[in-house]
Amino acid sequence: MIEVRIHGRGGQGNVVAAYLLATAAFETGRNCQAFPSFGAERRGAPVTAFVRIADRPIGRRCQVAEPAFLVVQDAGLLAIPATIDGLKPKGGIVVNSPRASAEIEGETGHPVLALPASQLAADILGKPVPNVALLSAFLAITGLLPAESLVGALKRRFKGDILARNIKLVETVTAMVPAASWGGMAHA
Amino acid sequence: MRDALEGSQAIARAVGMCRPGVVAAYPITPQTHIVENISKLVADGALHCELVSVESEFSAASVVLGAAAAGSRAYTASSSQGILLMAEVVYDIAGMRLPVVMTCANRAVSAPINIWNDHQDSMAVRDSGWIQIHCTDNQQAVDTTIQAFRIAQDLDLPVMVCVDGFVLTHTLETLDMPDQETVDRYLPEPAFARRLDSANPLSMGTLVGPDYFTEIRHVQHRASCRALDVIAAADRDWQALTGRASGGLLTVDGDPDAKIGVLAMGSVVSTFREAMETLPGGKKAKLINLRTFRPFPAQALIDACAGLRHLVVVDRSLSPGLGGILATEVKAALADGPKMPKIHAVALGLGGRDVPMEAWTRLVALAKDAPEPFHILDLDPAKLDPADL
Repeated sequence: MIEVRIHGRGGQGNVVAAYLLATAAFETGRNCQAFPSFGAERRGAPVTAFVRIADRPIGRRCQVAEPAFLVVQDAGLLAIPATIDGLKPKGGIVVNSPRASAEIEGETGHPVLALPASQLAADILGKPVPNVALLSAFLAITGLLPAESLVGALKRRFKGDILARNIKLVETVTAMVPAASWGGMAHA
Repeated sequence: MRDALEGSQAIARAVGMCRPGVVAAYPITPQTHIVENISKLVADGALHCELVSVESEFSAASVVLGAAAAGSRAYTASSSQGILLMAEVVYDIAGMRLPVVMTCANRAVSAPINIWNDHQDSMAVRDSGWIQIHCTDNQQAVDTTIQAFRIAQDLDLPVMVCVDGFVLTHTLETLDMPDQETVDRYLPEPAFARRLDSANPLSMGTLVGPDYFTEIRHVQHRASCRALDVIAAADRDWQALTGRASGGLLTVDGDPDAKIGVLAMGSVVSTFREAMETLPGGKKAKLINLRTFRPFPAQALIDACAGLRHLVVVDRSLSPGLGGILATEVKAALADGPKMPKIHAVALGLGGRDVPMEAWTRLVALAKDAPEPFHILDLDPAKLDPADL
């Protein structure tokens, strides 16, 4: 079973990101589970969402305390200890940031893939919503699921021009990221 | 068909496939997505029913009461304060023997305000005469919702499907959605024994004095007790059609010869089942999932506890001044059995406190000690004033 935690702020599409990732796993025939840890929902407040992907049925319904990966939609959240709390020692972080990955690796002590996801989304979607760009990067660098599975998940949720732009975003990011360079980490 | 759906969306689709005539509800977290999704089905033309937007839960319950009395298959959903605001009508629906189905997206009750999951709300109306069935996962939420319409109609009794708020309602997961044809084969046409019909006039909810009130209460109790067989049969028939059972009255997992048992209701059972199978020493205890809370399946529980020396009963609610509501009922039921296990009464996961897998290990370990008075397993004493320890 692979457990992922998504950190962001209200309004960044954190729950949608969790649902998209789980649905992408479903598209490949796996079992999936995704749920948010809601506070009193409001824009800007830290929000956490959880994703589990497994080949067998998933029983546990507790929050993900020891994720193999983090997807962080707002780099500022890395300054809060709770964000990295419990991340497995070699667990990777995909973060929305224009900074160099190596710099953030130095600060966190974890493998980091930094991606200017808000900028990419602003350019391609016309809105700085970082979730789909980050998920594309996450899937590409881990090799966990093919990009087509995320496209499949997007097709269940969006139509027309918005879908087309999201697919372009997936393709653009997938081409930017070194494929499967975090290959063995899911089971670390 | 296999699908990945948010619990609320799956429940809404299940309700839609049951072809309700009337749906009335007022939004409250964490129930809201269910009714939103039903509204979408209606707006998209996928469901033809009278969807009534009301100004309060009291009215929501009143509308479905009237609809069922007029012979319509009627559905509502609520949580927490919404259930409490409905409470007067909740009793009326049961007393008038109307086959309404409601989803209770289980949530804590104020004060203090807490929007997260425990079982206090459905417990607050446990004596109303509604059947109460708990779900461990969203597959069961879907299947039990469909079964509920049949159980309700068979017995002229309302059914509350208890689904843990957020933990199930807001979780997207893999499940198998039945198709319309299967649901149509399973559910009878709505034809209620008690309904307002000008050709055969009858009165409902009239003033009944001491001369008949006792007998009416007796009949209501007998009908509720009969529900035990109907609930079990409804699940068996669903299994025959789909291959999936939802747990009848209760289920027992794990080593049949175990001397320790842990009994719980709702989604924590799903977590505990994985913990039992995967954690070191997890298999020392068996796991009893009490699916049906009302009517209370006393005999099935006595049978399930045969051979147990210890039974840890997990409450997700509490009665201040008494302790665990479920534990108290379990203890009372087992007192009629041949050999009563020692009962260890604990609460956990109140107001949304996360229930980790390791809770299973702690629960099983309780059996090593002599039973303490009721206590809360995940209480953090550091947060208390010493006077409240």
